[in-house]
Amino acid sequence: MASGSTVFLVMMNGQIETGDFPGFDDDLYVKFNYVYGPDWVMTAGLEEGTSQTSRKSKDDLGRYVWNFPLDVTFKSTNPYGWPQVVVNVHGQDVYGTAVVRGYGAVHVPISPGRHVRIIPLYVPESSSHFQKFTSWLMSRRPEYRDHNTVARGEGREVTRVRSQGSIRVTFNVVTRDMKKLGYDVIPSTLSIPSTATTAAMAANPKPGAAAAAVPTANVPTSTS
Amino acid sequence: MSGQSTLAAKIRERRKKLRESLADTSRETEGSDMELTPRTNGFPESGMHGDDDETALSSSREAYDDLIEAQKLIDDLEERRAETKKELEQSLKESDKPKPSKRTKLKPITPKAEETPKIEDEATKDEKPKKKKKARIKKEPKDETEEAKEEEAEPTEKPEEDKKLMSAEEAVLAVAAGTAGSSSPAPANLNQSIRDRLRKKMSQMKEKAEEEKKEDDEKEPGKVVTGKPPPRRLRGMRGRQLATRFDEPMSDDEKKLHESIAAKTMWQKARKALKKKESAMPSEEEAFDFFVKVFDKEPDLPSVPPTGEPEAGPSEEREESAKEKEKKEEKEKDEEEKPVEDAKEDEPLLSDYFVDLEEWKTQPYSVNRAQYTPYQKVVDREAKVYFRPSVASVPENDKIPEERQPRYLEDEGFYVGVRPPVERRNVNIEENRLLMREDKGRKWFGDDGRIIALPDPLKDQPTRPPVIEPEDIDVFLQTDYKKAYVVDFDSRFIDGLGETYGSYQIDVDINSIIFSHHSLFSKEHVLAAKLQQLYSQYLMRSQKDATTFLTDKLRALKEAVAHLKKQMDAQMKDLNSSFAQDQMTRYQDYKYEIRQTRKSRDTEMHYDRQLLKNILKAWKEIKALRESQGCINTAVKLSVRKEETDKDEDMTQWKRDIDEEISEAREEYEETFNENMSRYNLAKAEYDRQKKIKDAIKKRKKRRRPKRQGSRENLTDRTSDTGGESQTEDDEDAIPEPQKPAYEFNEQEAREKIKSKAQQIMRKPGEPKLYPELTNAAVITPTHNCPKAEQSRRRDQQKCQCYVRILFNNKEVSRTSVKTLTSDFTVHFGDIFNIQIVQWPESIRLEVYENGSFSDTMLAEVYAAIPEPQVTTSNVQIEELDFSSDQKVSYGHEGVGSGYTFKIGDENLAQEYTLLTSGCLLASVAWGVGDDGTVLVPPISQTAGTALGSVKQFDALSAIGATGMVDTEKLAKWISESRLDPNDPANAALLHLIKHVSGDDKKMPVYFRLEQLQQEFNFVTDEELEKSKRFKLIELREKEIPEFRNYSLIPIREKDVTDDIFEEYEKKKKAERDLQVGDDKDPHRAAVAKFLSKVREQVMTRFRAAQHQFTLQDVIAEEPVPNITLLSANLLKLAEPRRPLKPVRKERKVVTAQSLGQTEVKILVNIERAFDVPVRKEALTLTELEAAGGVNSDSVTVRPFVECVFQRHTKQTSVAEGPNPNWSEELSLPFKPPNNDYSSASLQTCKDLVYLNLFDEVVVDMLEDDRARATNIHQRLERKWLGSLKIPFSTVYFQGQIEGNFRLQAPRVLLGYQRAGPMENTTTQYGQGKRDTDNTYLQLFITIEPALSTPEPVKEKFDTTEDEKLLNFAENYQMQFEKKHPKRDILTTVMDINGKSVFVTRYFKALKPPAELLSAESNPLKQAELIARFVSLIPFVSDSVVFPGMCDIWSTCDQFLQMLQGDEEEHAVLLCNYFLHLGKKAWLLIGSAIPEGSTTYVLTREADNNFLIWNPSTGEHYPQYDNFCRLKSVGCLINQENIWANIQLNEEPYRIDFDVTKSNMWRPLFTKTFSNPNLTSVQVDELRYYQTDKGYVSDLTDKIEKKLREKLMEWRPRHITRFNRYCTQVFRNLLRKLEENRGNAAIMEHKSELEQVMGSYTMSGFPLNLTYTEMAPIVDAVYSTGVHVNESTDVEFALAVHIHPYPNNILSVWVYIAAVSRKR
Repeated sequence: MASGSTVFLVMMNGQIETGDFPGFDDDLYVKFNYVYGPDWVMTAGLEEGTSQTSRKSKDDLGRYVWNFPLDVTFKSTNPYGWPQVVVNVHGQDVYGTAVVRGYGAVHVPISPGRHVRIIPLYVPESSSHFQKFTSWLMSRRPEYRDHNTVARGEGREVTRVRSQGSIRVTFNVVTRDMKKLGYDVIPSTLSIPSTATTAAMAANPKPGAAAAAVPTANVPTSTS
Repeated sequence: MSGQSTLAAKIRERRKKLRESLADTSRETEGSDMELTPRTNGFPESGMHGDDDETALSSSREAYDDLIEAQKLIDDLEERRAETKKELEQSLKESDKPKPSKRTKLKPITPKAEETPKIEDEATKDEKPKKKKKARIKKEPKDETEEAKEEEAEPTEKPEEDKKLMSAEEAVLAVAAGTAGSSSPAPANLNQSIRDRLRKKMSQMKEKAEEEKKEDDEKEPGKVVTGKPPPRRLRGMRGRQLATRFDEPMSDDEKKLHESIAAKTMWQKARKALKKKESAMPSEEEAFDFFVKVFDKEPDLPSVPPTGEPEAGPSEEREESAKEKEKKEEKEKDEEEKPVEDAKEDEPLLSDYFVDLEEWKTQPYSVNRAQYTPYQKVVDREAKVYFRPSVASVPENDKIPEERQPRYLEDEGFYVGVRPPVERRNVNIEENRLLMREDKGRKWFGDDGRIIALPDPLKDQPTRPPVIEPEDIDVFLQTDYKKAYVVDFDSRFIDGLGETYGSYQIDVDINSIIFSHHSLFSKEHVLAAKLQQLYSQYLMRSQKDATTFLTDKLRALKEAVAHLKKQMDAQMKDLNSSFAQDQMTRYQDYKYEIRQTRKSRDTEMHYDRQLLKNILKAWKEIKALRESQGCINTAVKLSVRKEETDKDEDMTQWKRDIDEEISEAREEYEETFNENMSRYNLAKAEYDRQKKIKDAIKKRKKRRRPKRQGSRENLTDRTSDTGGESQTEDDEDAIPEPQKPAYEFNEQEAREKIKSKAQQIMRKPGEPKLYPELTNAAVITPTHNCPKAEQSRRRDQQKCQCYVRILFNNKEVSRTSVKTLTSDFTVHFGDIFNIQIVQWPESIRLEVYENGSFSDTMLAEVYAAIPEPQVTTSNVQIEELDFSSDQKVSYGHEGVGSGYTFKIGDENLAQEYTLLTSGCLLASVAWGVGDDGTVLVPPISQTAGTALGSVKQFDALSAIGATGMVDTEKLAKWISESRLDPNDPANAALLHLIKHVSGDDKKMPVYFRLEQLQQEFNFVTDEELEKSKRFKLIELREKEIPEFRNYSLIPIREKDVTDDIFEEYEKKKKAERDLQVGDDKDPHRAAVAKFLSKVREQVMTRFRAAQHQFTLQDVIAEEPVPNITLLSANLLKLAEPRRPLKPVRKERKVVTAQSLGQTEVKILVNIERAFDVPVRKEALTLTELEAAGGVNSDSVTVRPFVECVFQRHTKQTSVAEGPNPNWSEELSLPFKPPNNDYSSASLQTCKDLVYLNLFDEVVVDMLEDDRARATNIHQRLERKWLGSLKIPFSTVYFQGQIEGNFRLQAPRVLLGYQRAGPMENTTTQYGQGKRDTDNTYLQLFITIEPALSTPEPVKEKFDTTEDEKLLNFAENYQMQFEKKHPKRDILTTVMDINGKSVFVTRYFKALKPPAELLSAESNPLKQAELIARFVSLIPFVSDSVVFPGMCDIWSTCDQFLQMLQGDEEEHAVLLCNYFLHLGKKAWLLIGSAIPEGSTTYVLTREADNNFLIWNPSTGEHYPQYDNFCRLKSVGCLINQENIWANIQLNEEPYRIDFDVTKSNMWRPLFTKTFSNPNLTSVQVDELRYYQTDKGYVSDLTDKIEKKLREKLMEWRPRHITRFNRYCTQVFRNLLRKLEENRGNAAIMEHKSELEQVMGSYTMSGFPLNLTYTEMAPIVDAVYSTGVHVNESTDVEFALAVHIHPYPNNILSVWVYIAAVSRKR
């Protein structure tokens, strides 16, 4: 292959830094995993992990600090299904049963650099007050059958959730070959396609040809 | 009393002295007084409570010294004690007895033990007491005066007490001194105890003090001061004791006393000190005291100092005191020397005070008897002074001036506010009070005689919501003040788009409302209104004076005519035709004009007159009404001015007019007459001419009838004339004879007519001219004089209030104040509203409201015109805007109401009126004028046009109409005119459209696009999208095409996408597209396949959509609400044994496809045991031999093992031995779902089968040389296929687990094997049921690990053509049954191939099986078996495979035969229908069986009343009581008549009664109450059969055989595969026979056939019978037998294929395969 690269790489490292769960005093730990589309492959790093259990800080902030490192490299041919980090926070309720304290997901930032994301978390609500009570009593809170549901839009319309805490994650993203393959994600070098298109259209009245003339026209598109 | 003056003088003197001393020290006292007071106060206090140790210690030394001195004193004074004792005792007793408390109180303060400390104390405290005294001086005088009073014998308690205190104190002091002096006097035990204690204490102190003395000596003088406390403490303690003991009777006063004493002790002491020092040299004061005081009470005091004289202490003390005195004197001298400045400050105060007091004191006064005023006198005297207002109400006359009458403003219609509520009583009191004033409170009373009061200012409701404390409001809810800011107006407003803002103002002036009718009108009002209306009309008319005008005009015309006539006459001679003609026409015109004018004048006059008449009539009516009702309600008054006229003149005028008119009339008449004449002449001429012709014709005809009749005759004769002058009305075509017009102007008649007309319309001659004049001069009768009804009407009227709402652009901007209706039914507002506008005015609406009791009613709404730009406030005129309301009101009083009919007038002459509220609103609307005179009008350019201009700008539709929208040019014009905002997204569509029109000459596109910009957003063009393989790949994946569904890492570059990715897919597509006829497929099957694939595709798309529908349960795992059953189950779980003897397999948790992820799914096959495995013949023979010998050897007869094949993975059990082996082994096979998709949708499409093959492992000894046998083992393992079991994956999947005894499908003939025969134990085990000896059974358990979730059946409500009632009934029935027996299957409706619900009984209908089958057998059972075989040969394909996700689809029998595939129900229905045709009693049996699970069987009742259960897919049948029947439960029975649900206790077929007539066992759907509605069958009347093509069959046979041979060789790549021809030939014959015997070929037959072969060969092989669908399954089946696995070098194979064709392309394929090896 002349150009050499047939894939682009996205390397991300970062940390699940802190969590803010007002109203919870139990010790919490975070589980994370990545959800990505069919055109993505993880080449290095932990696909999923569980953090240490953290206790709430005694200061005014009342934070949970995990500082759990994330380090992963993806290989992909298609930005469709850009990887997302799915986090779920677990703790123990009054009976000492492990319960989920929050689900959340965020896309790995697409542009290189350092990014901080605060992921608001939420948990599914019981479908009735009575069930809420029994679930509390039996410490069997409603959970997602598939925790990756939070990374998908499908099937969410049937659920009701309650927001509960947030988690702060930092990402350091490095990409490779993206520009070479036609994906420009760095804002400073980003060419505005519309101007190019209009320019091309001005040059070439035929719309089909206009699109062809645009340098970015070869950019593979994703269907979704 | 005599010494009073001197005493006073003395006191004065003393005071003066004190004052001087005070003045001296006043400076210090300011500060020291403060600190002294506490100290002196603390002085006794500290003694009482005891001091702290430190002071006690430090003072102990001094105390010691004191004590030593005291000791001396005691010794020295011993002798003197005796003398003083008596006195002391006496004094003590005196002071003790009367006031014990005083004494005890004093005790602590009195220095009792020794003189010295006391004196020292006095000495050291030299200054302080004095200061104290001075400080206290303010207080002192009082005491002194009291003391003075004492002298005056005023028996006041306190001074006396003080004195006593003092005396007691001194006495005690004396006692103390005395006791101290005498060693043991002890006159009382009190003193005794004191001494004892003292002594004790002394000894202690002595020790202490001696120690301390060494330490510090220099502090002595200072210490002396503080040296008091220890003894004092002791004293204090004692004092306490005494206090409690003595104080009991007076404990109440103790405190008070204590306080007063504490305060006094100080200065008492000071005084004492003074006294002491003065004792040496008695001062004036002392002298005074001497006289003043009662000395007998304190006899010791003066005596003490002398006693102490000889002692050192006293001497010292005296010295000291002397020194002190000196000092004091010095000081006093100083004070005297010093100017008395300081003292002066206080001087006047004190002197005044004392002087006053003294003077008062010196006043002599006498005491008189108490005065008493008798009560009555007091009352009387009070009555003179006091005024008690009465509560009785005041008569009104008192409150208003006599000359006036009370006036009630409220009644007069003035608004009087609500008075604040005051209680009547209070009002009366106040009124009475006011009346007491000189002016009689005139100005306090109003005209109505009540107190003038402002309206109650209180409102009923709070105007402000309750505001909690601002701090209490949540921080987030607290509001911040933000300054208001103006938002830019958008273009909807006048100042759009950032142009300069102007202020525009519309002034609306609401002047008044005048009701022309109102519901509160009285009848009189109605008439008055009418009158007024008439009058205004009259006025208008008289102003216009049309009559005069017309009369003048008439005159002028007449003159003109006359002139013309003259001219004409003059010019007659000329006869200039053209001119004359002209003249003539002019003349005619004039004439016409005159006539017209006259006519209009007449009407005008008539109208005028009528009007006048009406006015008069109305007035008359009013008058009559006023009379009748007895009051006057309206102010209207009509006065008629009469203008007398000269009758003669009038007469002549009158006559002239008439004459004129008559002549005119005549002229007119003549004219018309002339005209008529000329017309007549013409007609006549014509007529004559015709007549002549007619006559000529007539002459030829006979003339029988008179002319009249002749004319009638001419009815038929068209050309004949209708002659005769005397003409008749002739309707015929013939010209009638014209009638000659007669001149018959009747002058008289005309005159009469004119006259009467004139009389009607004109004033009669001599009649005076009447000029009505309407004034409002009538006096309205006051209300109280009116009748009741009228009064209430007026009251109502007064209550009635109106207001006007002003709405600008349909928004209320303001409303007028509420005004009361005046008595003449007008409402005056006079309000001008300035409306500052920002929007274009569209409407200005004025709504007239009337206040109602509950809600305001809108009377009318009036639209005011939006003023033209030039109409401004300065030049606007008030307009009358008429309105009327359709409101319907009626009243009980005089008000006539509105909308209701009422009558006016007398009974007989009553006129009916129905009037609606109406009136006019006087208002004006104009543009405002600013302060600088500019008109506040929006820019005219935009207002140009109508008021809708603003709307037009934005709404194209309203501007140019709907048609304009179609006309693009018009639209374009509008767009360019309206200056649309090109940036407004709302306009985008229009602008896009117009882009093509305007600008250049480009043509409009002929299409209209909703999303014009779509193209711009397209990433790539469609062509490109189609061309790109990559996009295609992505697209296909998105569509979830199975092949691409899980495709990952689609290459990023176009060129990386290889073509072969699509190859398979394309091929498949192509195959589907073209009706591909494979080499092994017949066209019919291909067509079926195509049809099916289409159906499947549709189903798939439907299913895919459904798959993306999630339910809550799919997404969220939530505990179900616990209920009783769940709880009890949980509770039972606790009780159940830990390790039950018969464990039951537990339900496992179902895993959903999503969570499966990458975990491996396995199929677990637990093979328990097998029953009745065929044994090798050789071995059997051996055993037989041995058996013959009587020994049942357990030598190896068969070594079976089970091999499990699934998805090309093979696992096998260990080898067991014997015909009933027991493995109990679990085999685990990996499962790979199609397309690696674990979703239930794809899982259920999995067609893979689990093959379980039973083999016999044969050890072939290969050792050639027997000698080597001892050392070598050379063996070969061979496996012989004994039978197999196929279980579809879908069955396992849907069932979750499969468990039970399964019959192996084994060929009837197994070469080299035979059955061991029925085993005794098994026979007994299964009871007496008939045992099928030919079958091997395998006991196993199959499941999937982890358990996969099965798809929920699609609970859709399908379309249906069934009766709704029936469906509901069936559903109800089904629900009831399912509730009772949840495990039993039942169905009432099924889905047909079109996806419609069909009632299941419709599927049953007797259908004729192929004729050849019927003819083949005569035995009914055999016949039935044959038919069952035929049905079973139709390939079985599960619906779930064909139509994944759908419930069972029931195809009809003809569809089934056409498609040649189906699952249980199709087979069962067909079989059932065939049986019905055979006349059997047959039912479709729905239940569950193994391994299929829920399935359908057929039940028949045979002739012998036995029931047979048929498995339609295999063609087998079981008697009802067969234990090995695969059917395990029966849910319901169905046939064309009914559905019977099994409600028996048991469901196993061998335990239930199949007699459906027993209603306690079978519950039918259709009962008597709901009988079978005789549903028509969906089946065709007759199935069509066709013969299978023989040629095709033979071809296929060859093809299969060839294929199998090829495959066989392929499977044995390492060996040469040889075929034994001979055997093949034999097999072929055998196969034919097998088919004929339906597979039940006798072994004997086989034996004979194979005898030759068997002689020289060992054979292992078997015949296979298969249905035919495709080649592949046949190959698979052969492969699975493993015949090819024969490593023997000399093995030969024998293969024969035979196909027996049945009608309709149903083929029975027989394959005989065997491995043959030569016997050695």
